[in-house]
Amino acid sequence: MTRHPLGRYALRLVALLTALGLWQLLTALDVDIWLRFSQFPTVTDVTHAFAGRLTGSDYWTDLTDSLTRILSGFLLAAVLGVAVGVLVARSRLAEDLLGPVLEVVRPIPAIALVPVAILLFPSNEQGIVFITFTAAFFPVLVSTRHAVRALTPVWEEAVRTMGGGRWRILGSVVLPGALPGIFGGLSVGIGVSWICVISAEMISGQYGVGYRTWQDYTVVDYPGVFVGMVTIGVLGWVTSTAVELLGRRLTRWLPRTSYVPGGRSRSAVLPATAPVPGPVVVKAEGDSQYQSDAQQQGSGETEQEARDEHLV
Amino acid sequence: MSTSSETTAPAAAVPAPTSAPRLTGATAPGARLRFDAAVLGRPGAPVLHDVTLDVRPGEILTVVGPSGCGKSTLLRTLAGLLAPLAGSVEQDGRPLTGPSADRALVFQEDALLPWRTLRGNVELPLAIQGVPRSGRREQAGSWLARVGLDAQAKQLPHRVSGGQRQRAQLARALAGSPRAVLMDEPFGALDAQTRSGMQDLLVEVLRGTGATVVFVTHDVDEALFLGDRVALLAAGRVASVRDVPRPRDRGALDDPARVALRRAVLSSLGT
Repeated sequence: MTRHPLGRYALRLVALLTALGLWQLLTALDVDIWLRFSQFPTVTDVTHAFAGRLTGSDYWTDLTDSLTRILSGFLLAAVLGVAVGVLVARSRLAEDLLGPVLEVVRPIPAIALVPVAILLFPSNEQGIVFITFTAAFFPVLVSTRHAVRALTPVWEEAVRTMGGGRWRILGSVVLPGALPGIFGGLSVGIGVSWICVISAEMISGQYGVGYRTWQDYTVVDYPGVFVGMVTIGVLGWVTSTAVELLGRRLTRWLPRTSYVPGGRSRSAVLPATAPVPGPVVVKAEGDSQYQSDAQQQGSGETEQEARDEHLV
Repeated sequence: MSTSSETTAPAAAVPAPTSAPRLTGATAPGARLRFDAAVLGRPGAPVLHDVTLDVRPGEILTVVGPSGCGKSTLLRTLAGLLAPLAGSVEQDGRPLTGPSADRALVFQEDALLPWRTLRGNVELPLAIQGVPRSGRREQAGSWLARVGLDAQAKQLPHRVSGGQRQRAQLARALAGSPRAVLMDEPFGALDAQTRSGMQDLLVEVLRGTGATVVFVTHDVDEALFLGDRVALLAAGRVASVRDVPRPRDRGALDDPARVALRRAVLSSLGT
């Protein structure tokens, strides 16, 4: 089994293609064993529908509409979630004042707020952004609160004994120290945001991927429904990867375990595989990495770790 | 005052270095710290009672005692992180109201901010004091050089050894040119060899700063090597404060007066 990054990408691609192949097989053969695939569009049907959509202008309008909604809602949630989370974690007064309200509102599914949004906001657009915001707000808030409370007290004490005040502690200790936890919340938040933006569009939207998907369903255009679903899947994957990568970039200082998946086997196995003519490319690449690791332990290692981790 | 050979060049770049030897009073910028009939501890949980102690400007006072006897409490009170439960704690005649850049605290370990490089950590007190960026960089660099970390300046704390982290903490504490340095078992987690090297480094680096030092340790030999005076804590009180003969002199180990003091300290600690 190759452990090279390219090999891992290839493996992921194979997994994806296998899933598609299975889909095609089941639908093309109209398999009906309790689960009924006969009504299902095949991969080729969906692909044709997709190609048709891509050339039209509606698809791109839907895409930009949905992205605008989710990004505005999510960014608002990120900023306010972190702000309120820090406030609640650091101030007893804020905790007493905001805590009960937040705890009561939190269990309400964001999508159940559709009536509220319709009553509250003059336009549908703002309502959808509001729902997206609410969905992401609570995961961000809760993880920020926990992360801030879990900070090592010594860091704050150190800054205080240097003469640092409230704002200095916030900027130099609380925010950077809580960042790993905050990004945990952001990752969850972006996922929930997608669920809610699509649902909200299905219920009350004009344009948007969710709206289009539901429209296609009502006119029994099943390949169209699947085009919508694939689009949602890809968009969700891209945005959560972006959040993940940003998080890793900003929390690079985190001490990681020295174990890198594949890292150990690479250095251990290499000398033995040297005479094997097969994986020449892999070997050469791995070898040079190994040497650079040995030469400049510090930075070399981090780069390798970082690269492996970037395979989301 | 063991080695006088290395009054290092980077010292010139250090803010306002007074070359006055320790304990020469008048010009020394060290703070005078005083406890007067103080009760120390967390609210509702006093640990030390009836503490009356005068730390002279520019001296090194070491504090020894068994673990859990309140050494850290004493230090945290001096740092301003804890308020005295009764009595008074003063710096230069004024009661302490809270933490201040005047009194730097060096922790036992892992008090460096892990997301900042060693240099970033040393720059922090300077940034808090409003030193402009270029000055910060230069001063932090020279402090790191003084503690022998110029090569590691760009490393993150978890990438260097425990001893190097403590050296960086020392540099960070001194970079803010405090008038008192409070050290809470700073070498407690280090192996014996690193520890004695760190003690020498501390003596070397403190020279010329004139800062008052309160150094907490559970290691009697460390206390006797570093301290001008040693305070003994036992049974929730300051049991006694003794003058140390020939402090910071490695050759004084066999000095009869030192041996006698060591024996007295050990027996009063009940070991």
